[in-house]
Amino acid sequence: MDAAALLADLQAAFPGAAPRPSADMPGLDVPAADLPAAVTRLRDAHGFDLLADLCGVDRGPAVSPRFSVVVHLLGSGHHAYLRVAAACPDDAAPEAPSLTAVHPGADWHEREAFDMFGIRFAGHPDLRRILMWDGYPHHPLRKEFPLAGMPVDLPAADVAAVTGRRVEPAPMMGGPFVSPGGTMAKAEPVARDESWNEENPKP
Amino acid sequence: MGNTEYAYNSKVEGEVIVTRADAVVNWVRRHSVWPMPMGLACCAIELMAAGGSRFDIARFGMEVMRFSPRQADCMIVAGTVTYKMAEVVRRIYDQMAEPKWVVAMGACASSGGMYRSYATLQGVDRIVPVDIYISGCPPRPEALLDGMMLLQEKIRTEGASLRRTFRGRTVETKVVG
Ligand code: SF4
Repeated sequence: MDAAALLADLQAAFPGAAPRPSADMPGLDVPAADLPAAVTRLRDAHGFDLLADLCGVDRGPAVSPRFSVVVHLLGSGHHAYLRVAAACPDDAAPEAPSLTAVHPGADWHEREAFDMFGIRFAGHPDLRRILMWDGYPHHPLRKEFPLAGMPVDLPAADVAAVTGRRVEPAPMMGGPFVSPGGTMAKAEPVARDESWNEENPKP
Repeated sequence: MGNTEYAYNSKVEGEVIVTRADAVVNWVRRHSVWPMPMGLACCAIELMAAGGSRFDIARFGMEVMRFSPRQADCMIVAGTVTYKMAEVVRRIYDQMAEPKWVVAMGACASSGGMYRSYATLQGVDRIVPVDIYISGCPPRPEALLDGMMLLQEKIRTEGASLRRTFRGRTVETKVVG
């Protein structure tokens, strides 16, 4: 697979397409509106017939465009991978066209991206949350969402009534625990800030 | 206070054993604990191993795993309970007939385990009353059997007329006769 020729062909068809810096596989940025057409062209004219992954990306509230949709494609004939990314133009209410009409396998991936990032996929046949429960008010993989969670009501009102419980932030005990990197012996996950735990409150 | 007043009186004809109703009822209960396997994650594999011939939970009268809550009296919560699943766990617990017990198997069911996250219930005791906690990630089948034997011990010393209170709701089980 000739990445330069592929890029030239797509740029001819979609003037907004641009090469995307990538460490592992050829990458391509396309405008969100062109995403289904570009993926269709890649499938029909370039042999990228398998949707390997689809996910959302949040670059944080300070960056614009904040949200993007990233698609990994694989050609089952030529065994090459390709990454296609589309930035959502609206930072407050991110939206991207659905790929379910091109690759039906995108269905649950898009539901996950919607659940975790709040990206709405226009044209999706059944855009519901897939991991968190229906009615959960947050999108947990957004940058401002704490890993420990936010206090909300339990999904079932009757269970909440009989137990008197809510969803509470998880005790982090100085965590989250991250690996400092390096060799296996040194890479054991540790808390970034060990000055606080359940006995010594967070300063 | 023991409920173990078994006594064999050789002067009484016809092989009669004199005891207390509580002791008999508890004896029956603790040797026929029918578990409801609430297998939610990796711990369930060890629960299955405990049911196999190598560890053989049948030695304790507990091999009758009932997937129908109405036929079970001990819910073994083996695995990570998410908030989304908590509702189901509580509902199945509610459907079990009294008297009933709950065993929290493993770190996740006991405390949320390593999942300090927005999606995981930090211990199943937040939604159902837990009788026995078993440590480990996962606990070995021996640890589960040890916990179940502790549960038997607990059942043995319980009053058979059982009064259980949980979050303001009281459930009473009476032994008649
Ligand atoms: S305690 Fe460990 S083995 Fe058991 S469910 Fe949790 S992560 Fe899995």
